[in-house]
Amino acid sequence: MSAWIGRRILAFFTEVGTLSVLMYRILGSSLYAWRDRKLILKQMLEIGVNSLPLVSVVSIFTGAVASWQAAYQFRGVFSTGMSLDFLGAAVSAAILIELAPVLAGIVVAGRVGASIAAELGTMRVTEQIDALETLAIDPVRYLAAPRFVAGWTMLPILVIYASFVAHMGAYVVAYLLLDISTSAFFGSVQRHFLIYNVFSGLVKALVFGGGTALIGCSIGIRTTGGAEGVGRSTINAFVYSSAFILIADYILAMILF
Amino acid sequence: MVLRDVNLTIHDGETMVVIGCSGCGKTVLLRCIIGLIKPYSGKIIVDDEDICQMDRRNLFRIRKKFGMLFQGAALFDSMTVEENIGLALREHTELSPAEVRKKVAEKLEVVGLPGIENKKPAELSGGMKKRVGLARALIMDPQIVLFDEPTTGLDPIMADSINNLIMETHNRLNITSIMVTHDMASVFKVANRVAMLTNGKIIFDGSPKELKKTQNPAVRQFVEGKAVIA
Repeated sequence: MSAWIGRRILAFFTEVGTLSVLMYRILGSSLYAWRDRKLILKQMLEIGVNSLPLVSVVSIFTGAVASWQAAYQFRGVFSTGMSLDFLGAAVSAAILIELAPVLAGIVVAGRVGASIAAELGTMRVTEQIDALETLAIDPVRYLAAPRFVAGWTMLPILVIYASFVAHMGAYVVAYLLLDISTSAFFGSVQRHFLIYNVFSGLVKALVFGGGTALIGCSIGIRTTGGAEGVGRSTINAFVYSSAFILIADYILAMILF
Repeated sequence: MVLRDVNLTIHDGETMVVIGCSGCGKTVLLRCIIGLIKPYSGKIIVDDEDICQMDRRNLFRIRKKFGMLFQGAALFDSMTVEENIGLALREHTELSPAEVRKKVAEKLEVVGLPGIENKKPAELSGGMKKRVGLARALIMDPQIVLFDEPTTGLDPIMADSINNLIMETHNRLNITSIMVTHDMASVFKVANRVAMLTNGKIIFDGSPKELKKTQNPAVRQFVEGKAVIA
């Protein structure tokens, strides 16, 4: 039992070390950012633009359910219903601080992190990454760095979009089902709006986006074992990215609030 | 440890073919030569420089002298044929896109595949992929070209066509070629020198003529393709 625990702890630190080395090499590649702008742009389109439909669906229903369940909790505590005046503010804060960054992050972890691992893993097992090396092209610079930059920059933009869409979902439920007027809902949002909430959500998004892309690249580039290995890497990338997001969310919450 | 105590010298302009049973370390040897694998001990000297001691920057500098044709061609799935072949030119030279396209077209003519620039690797047959892979390996006019089982998986006619291409390329460009294979027809057609790897060591190093006449039982068994030594 203790040997197993020891092995897991060693494996954890080995993984942290591997990610740190990859991060260091990606930062070293930043000198080529302008030269590789087409690669970065292509990844930004893939990660950002192509994630919009899924993020839209997740966000609108996240906002809707947040609004409905906030009303349920308010009515349970306060019997007069006056507290629904605060519903807009409460839902807005939850969306900006937590729901938009975390849910958009997990959607991106599933869609993008896993696909990065699958793509790079397939390239590894079919010797395409070795072929890049033999052409004197650094695979970290050519493959990993554009994906990291794209994940790091696009997730905050996706979170801003997700926040907006979630607010719309919350408003629709509040207006149609909870009898809260437009002015009451958005007035409440405006009165209690804190720019710091937006800032904290974006800080989370930066960490989640960079971490998801980094984990996907690291796992993909180190894939072994043919098609089965690629499958394993795809699953691991999603699982580890999601775990990273949830743990980082907790740590950032302790720091930011 | 698949390679132990390997000592091999390859001269400029030679076509060296390394043969051996499956799993004996032929591909590992090629990967060591180009620096994809670092040996636990020993030296690999390329033009008086030991690549085992090099940092990544210098290793990339040396790699520009090499071209490599992988067993499965290892073409980049997301790129067209033109993008695959022209990648090294776009990365390492200041050539304009039009000049890159011209050079790519020239190399496709050399490998007998004109006009397929816009095709994707998934649209190519096995033989076509190998030839595109060869064009990619040659695009930077390397001094040394490595071939990892270039005829494996091909029909006899296509395999002979690849061998002819390798010979023509060698003669035209005066490159040093290092091939690993267990296709004996390729060995006798293409090689100036043959080395055989067994149990991590070189047990034969000589000309194809000497290979045919050798009395070493392990070498004879391999050359004659017999499962049991008579």
